[in-house]
Amino acid sequence: MAQAQATKFKNPLVNWIDSRLPIFTMLDHEYNHYPMPRNVNYLWAFGAIAGIMLVIMIATGLFLAMQYSSHTSLAFDSVERIMRDVNYGWLLRYVHANGASMFFIAVYIHMFRGLYYGSYKAPREILWILGVIIFLVMMGTAFMGYVLPWGQMSFWGATVITNLFSAFPIVGDPIVTLLWGGFSVDNPTLNRFFALHFLLPFVLLGLVILHTAALHVCGSNNPLGIDAKGPQDTVPFNPYVTVKDGFAVVIFMIVYAAFVFFMPNYMGHPDNYIPANPLVTPAHIVPEWYFLPFYAILRAIPDKLGGVIAMFGSIALLMALPWLDTSKVRSCKFRPIYRQFFWILAIDALVLGYAGAMPAEGAWLIIARVGTFYYFFHFLVLLPVLGKLERPRPLPNSISESVLKGGGRVAAGAAAKPMEKA
Amino acid sequence: MAQTTHPPGPGGHAASGDGSTRRDFLYLATGAVGVVGAASAAWPFIDSMNPARDTLALASIDVDLAPVAEGQAITVTWRGKPVFVRHRTAKEIEEAKTVNLADLRDPAADDARVKKPEWLIVIGICTHLGCVPLGQKVTDPRGDFDGWFCPCHGSHYDTAGRIRKGPAPANLVVPTYAFTGDTKIRLG
Repeated sequence: MAQAQATKFKNPLVNWIDSRLPIFTMLDHEYNHYPMPRNVNYLWAFGAIAGIMLVIMIATGLFLAMQYSSHTSLAFDSVERIMRDVNYGWLLRYVHANGASMFFIAVYIHMFRGLYYGSYKAPREILWILGVIIFLVMMGTAFMGYVLPWGQMSFWGATVITNLFSAFPIVGDPIVTLLWGGFSVDNPTLNRFFALHFLLPFVLLGLVILHTAALHVCGSNNPLGIDAKGPQDTVPFNPYVTVKDGFAVVIFMIVYAAFVFFMPNYMGHPDNYIPANPLVTPAHIVPEWYFLPFYAILRAIPDKLGGVIAMFGSIALLMALPWLDTSKVRSCKFRPIYRQFFWILAIDALVLGYAGAMPAEGAWLIIARVGTFYYFFHFLVLLPVLGKLERPRPLPNSISESVLKGGGRVAAGAAAKPMEKA
Repeated sequence: MAQTTHPPGPGGHAASGDGSTRRDFLYLATGAVGVVGAASAAWPFIDSMNPARDTLALASIDVDLAPVAEGQAITVTWRGKPVFVRHRTAKEIEEAKTVNLADLRDPAADDARVKKPEWLIVIGICTHLGCVPLGQKVTDPRGDFDGWFCPCHGSHYDTAGRIRKGPAPANLVVPTYAFTGDTKIRLG
C-alpha cells in the first residue's frame, strides 16, 4: 500500500486523461501494486478464471443472439442453423454451452476454496454474500439459457422449474401463470427467458465488479487464514499473481478446449436434440449437472412445499454462513476436526449430485435423504457447535514467518529476502 | 531470476538499464503471440456475421423469360434485391446503341451491358442512395431517356440502364448472369 499515491505515467496522454479521470491510477493501484498475500496457492486463481468465463460467455452469447430466433416455431431450427450453416456457429455454440459448465466448475471450486480457508469470515462477510448472490443469478441465467434451444429437455426443464413456485400456497399458481405469461410454458415464456438471459449476464458483471471492490477493501484471504501484517507478507499483484493466474487460466482453457473440440456434448443431454413437444414428457428428466445436488435435495423431501423450501434454503443458508460458523480461526489447516467435516461435506455434495442424476426411487432416494440431512446438519448444527468445542492448532505469527520456516510449500523462497527489505 | 526479485517500478517494468534487451525481447515476443492469438480467436466471431451457408445457397436463381413480351419488363428478387429484366423493343435498342459514349457520365457501350440485345438485365437499385427507380410498368414515368426514373432525387437512366441525368454517380449495376437456354437465365 506504500505505492498508493498517484503515479506519474510515462505516456503524456495517459497522464492527461488520468488527471481528469483517474482510471489508470485506479487500475495501477488495484491490479499492479495491489498487495496479495505471498502464500496464495493455485486455488486462488479460480476467481480470475470465473471472471474470464463470464467474459467468454458474454462474447459468444452476443454473437449467438445475432443468429437465434426466440419464437417457439423457429428456435430449435435456428439453433440447428447455427450448428450447420452459420460460419463457425458450431464453435460459438459449443464454446457457449460448454462454457456454462466450465463457469460452474470454476465457481464451485472457488466456493469450496472459500469454505476450506474460511474466506467468508469477518471482515469478508459482504464479499461472501455478494458471491452467493452471483451464484444465484448464475443459476437463473444458466437455467434460462438451457431453455432457449427449445428441445425436449429445455421445455420440460422449464416446466418443472417454473412449477416449483406452484408449491407455495395461495400465491403459487398466480406466480406460475405470471412466469409463463400463459397457461403453460409457451412462446411468451421463451421470449421473456431470452430477454432475461441476455440481461442477467450484465447484472452478473455489475455484481462481479462489486464483489471485486469488496475484495480489494480487505484484500485476499490466504491458505493460513491470517491477515497480512505488512509488505513482508505480500507480493505485488503484477507480475506475481498475474503470471500465476495466467498460467492457471491456460491450463483451465486446455481442459475447456478438450471438451469443446473432442466431446462437446458430454455434459449435455441427448434429449435436447429432440424438438420440444408439449404432449410428450421424456421418461427421465434431469437438469444440467451443476444443478444436480440441489435437484437431489428437492426430491429427497417427500412433501412438495417442503422440497422447494429445502432446495432454496440450501442456498439461502450460505448467506448466513459467516454467522453460523462461530470459530474465529479461518483456515481449515488449523481446525483438525472441522477439516474432516469439510471433506465429508465435499463428498456429500458429490453424492447428492450423483443421486440427483439417478431416478428418485429405492436406494438412491434413501442416499439423497441421508445426503440432504447431512448438508443441513453440517451448516446448522456442526458449524455453530464445533466453533465452541474445537481446539484449534496454534496460528503462525505471520505469513512471512510461516513461509520462511518452510511451513508452507510456497515457492517464494528465492524471492523472500529482497522482499523483506522492500 | 535476480531481476524478478526487485519490486516492479512505477510503470510495472523491471529496473531499467541492465539486461533490458532480453526483457524487451520477451515483452515483444509475448505481445506478438498475444496479438496473433487474439486475432485468431476474434476471427470465428467476425466470420459468424458473414452470410451463412443457407444464405449463400439461395444466392442464385433461375428465371424463365419466355412469358415476357417485347416492350414488357419484369422484376425478380435476387439476394433480396430487385432485378429489372426488360425485353427491349428495336427502338429502345437503337437508342441505346447510338449514344455518343463521350457524353456519358459513366461511359459503357450497350454491347458491354447485355448478353443478348433484346434482354437488358440490371439490378434495380439507384446508384445514388439505393431507391428503386420507376419505369418497369409502361405507365410509369421513365425519365427523359425512356429507361428508368428514380423518384427519390431525380436520376434518369436510359434504355441500357446508364445514368444520364441527376445525382447518381454510376450506371445501374449489371448482375452476374448466364443464359441457360434461349429464354432462360440463371442469376448469380
